[in-house]
Amino acid sequence: MTPDPYVFIIIFIGVALVFPLIPLALAWLWRRVFQPPKPGAEKNATYECGVESIGEAQIQFRSQYYLYAIIFLIFDVEAIFLVPFAVAFTGLPVGAFIAILVFLLLLIEGLVWAWGKGCLSWAAR
Amino acid sequence: MSEIDEGLRAELQRQGVWVTSMQELYNWGRKNSIWPLQFGLACCAIEMIATAASRYDIARFGGEVFRPSPRQADLMIVAGTVTKKMAPQIVRLYNQMPDPKYVISMGACAISGGPFKQGYNVLKGIDRYIPVDVYIPGCPPRPEALLHAFMELQRKIDSQKLTGATKAEHLTAAQPSEFPVPAFGEHDLEPPANPNVFQPPKVEREG
Ligand code: SF4
Repeated sequence: MTPDPYVFIIIFIGVALVFPLIPLALAWLWRRVFQPPKPGAEKNATYECGVESIGEAQIQFRSQYYLYAIIFLIFDVEAIFLVPFAVAFTGLPVGAFIAILVFLLLLIEGLVWAWGKGCLSWAAR
Repeated sequence: MSEIDEGLRAELQRQGVWVTSMQELYNWGRKNSIWPLQFGLACCAIEMIATAASRYDIARFGGEVFRPSPRQADLMIVAGTVTKKMAPQIVRLYNQMPDPKYVISMGACAISGGPFKQGYNVLKGIDRYIPVDVYIPGCPPRPEALLHAFMELQRKIDSQKLTGATKAEHLTAAQPSEFPVPAFGEHDLEPPANPNVFQPPKVEREG
């Protein structure tokens, strides 16, 4: 009789629970028996390279970063496409040349549109 | 945790039986995995880097795991000139290290201000604010000297007791784990030294 395949998962979960619990229990015992805990305001303070931390960590970034990142990404990808284009430039048929020009034009049009929308100026909106 | 009879232990070892005490096991583990806090202050730090690199190789002693966070560090190597601007940060970093923690004061600057002792902006020794375990003289000390200090520290850790009246200081509830961080005063750090840590040697002159 073969055991149910799910038995292994249950054994695995058991081991996965006990394995981290043993060191934690040992550490707890060690604290009780030998090492008195010494928490403190300084010791528990947020670590910031030894400098006192100022303000909250949960702050919101402005979504303008996101716009810049998107536009950058598009032209980053474009640059990758331009490299093989430049390498194969002399051997290209006219159709391929026009195709890549259309591709470039589409992106440039997008840039002009973004520019016209004011995405490139760092205005507080 | 009573002491093991050395003769009995040697006899057992000959029979292939190793015995040890919890204290020995604990200290053996601690002394061979001292994790230093990764920070350097001035020229001495270059020597500390050389000690960690392949030629001097502090990894032979278990000390190569330089930690970028005090929460994971056992040892603070104060390597270099401590300016008064920097002193509060160092004390705060020391406070944020978990017990047991040790300090090596590396070089003339960390001991006493060294060549810059007359400078208005230089702290005259980090032991004014935090307890130091090993001092290394030199400007800068050679990597061998830092290794020597490391071995001295291992010797100290090895001799620390877990129980009894002479047990290690960090195991007593009375020994503080934090020391007051000095503040910037008008002319100097305030207080200029922590009297609980720093007792300047008394000069006694005759006549
Ligand atoms: S003791 Fe000498 S080598 Fe070390 S930090 Fe001071 S001046 Fe530099």
